[in-house]
Amino acid sequence: MDIELILKVYPYFIEAAWVTIQLSVLTTLLGLTCGALGAAARLSRLAVVRFLGAAYVSFFRGTPALIQLFLLYFGGPQIGIQLDAFEAGVIGLGVNIGAYMTETIRGGIIAIDKGQREAARTLGMSRWQAMRYVILPQAARLMIRPLGVNINALIKGTALVAAISVVELTYTAQRFIGSTYKPFEMFLISGILYMAIIYVTGRGIAWLDRRVRIV
Amino acid sequence: MTEKPFVDIRHAQKSFGSLEVLKDINLQVSRGQIVAIIGPSGSGKSTLLRAINDLDPLTGGEVWLEDTQVNKKLPHRQYEKHINQVRQDIGMVFQHFNLFPHLTVRENIKLAPKMLKGLSDAEADKLAEEQLDKVGMLERIDYYPSQLSGGQKQRVAIARALAMKPKVMLFDEATSALDPELVEEVNLVMKKLAEEHMTMIIVTHEMGFAESVCDRVLFMDQGVVVEEGPPDVIFRNPTNERTRNFLRKHLANANK
Ligand SMILES: Nc1ncnc2c1ncn2[C@@H]1O[C@H](COP(=O)(O)OP(=O)(O)OP(=O)(O)O)[C@@H](O)[C@H]1O
Ligand SMILES: [Mg+2]
Repeated sequence: MDIELILKVYPYFIEAAWVTIQLSVLTTLLGLTCGALGAAARLSRLAVVRFLGAAYVSFFRGTPALIQLFLLYFGGPQIGIQLDAFEAGVIGLGVNIGAYMTETIRGGIIAIDKGQREAARTLGMSRWQAMRYVILPQAARLMIRPLGVNINALIKGTALVAAISVVELTYTAQRFIGSTYKPFEMFLISGILYMAIIYVTGRGIAWLDRRVRIV
Repeated sequence: MTEKPFVDIRHAQKSFGSLEVLKDINLQVSRGQIVAIIGPSGSGKSTLLRAINDLDPLTGGEVWLEDTQVNKKLPHRQYEKHINQVRQDIGMVFQHFNLFPHLTVRENIKLAPKMLKGLSDAEADKLAEEQLDKVGMLERIDYYPSQLSGGQKQRVAIARALAMKPKVMLFDEATSALDPELVEEVNLVMKKLAEEHMTMIIVTHEMGFAESVCDRVLFMDQGVVVEEGPPDVIFRNPTNERTRNFLRKHLANANK
């Protein structure tokens, strides 16, 4: 193993790790937004809206994320959507993981005993009040761990955007392999950095989960 | 003098798909009256009770509370507004308590009055304390539901319903999920409400309790009211064969 080389290229990888972190954070935020909207649609009173929610989930879970990304980045300009690679990466991955998060969030909501909604409605709360003050606070606690699983998948999924040349960890490894012919060292560094990001995120989620647990 | 009914159920009909669960039920309850509904499992007792606050909407017939039709036909948005208002006047207690587990006892009680009646935090606190005192649960005000016994949970659930100052209280087997030794504490609370002339409709399997507390008993079977009358008549001298059979079986089971 070429330690000297590793020390030399290491700063570039740290920089790339920042890009991966930014991608992950923005994708998580977009994913949660899409997931919340998707879950609201899936649970809507209106059949049309439920259908749209289901269609969103089926499409994004039923096709490869890479194809979705290519469709957006390479196909987008053809229909007037011009995005730089980073933007396309965030939007493509965020909307994709949002479909998974839709199911996670919906699962958390429907896991709450229906007696809770009934008790709230019986007191005179509206559908929304019952959701906001009774169902969601309980469902949110149930969702933290499964959303953590989605986020874990999403962080690893950011590697896909190397294919549209966003300079993140995977792309950086590939670029240095081109000039150094040392794939083992390069992929090892990016692997370790991915692991660090995922480890810290996992700890954060476990902490959050413990903190909000109901007595 | 015949007083106009306080709760008036007229020709109530309910089907789940092709299954007709309530068949032309009529029930008039006057103010302060306490009515027990008894009957075998699946006879439609809960469905009838849940029709009163439109939790299980009827497929036919009308429910009135004083001068308001509970299940009146309105466009969706208006109906939601209407029903949310009406439900504030109809307290309901469930077999499984349905306390909000993420909130303390205090918060369970304060939530709806603050949100729906615009009470200040201090007013809501005072209200919660009053209602908990009434059900003998004041010392547990800052506990979470998971820290209470079943009987205590049910007493808190009753306090939560009472905090909305309802005109009528509905009980759906309030003591069925409790260990036998915890039943009495809940029954005592219900008796106290009876003494205060709260209008109550009580679905129960406890014949002794029904007999001692209620003014009237309805026996339901297969979606119809088979027989109704004062408790001593229904329990001591039922005229209908089905009522007699039910009570005999029930007594046999209770003595096992
Ligand atoms: N949501 C529902 N969908 C379909 N059928 C239902 C539904 N709720 C109740 N039923 C049926 O309606 C009938 C009456 O049920 P209900 O719960 O009112 O009976 P009950 O008299 O309260 O019985 P129990 O003493 O067991 O509580 C039963 O046959 C039941 O299976
Ligand atoms: Mg029932």
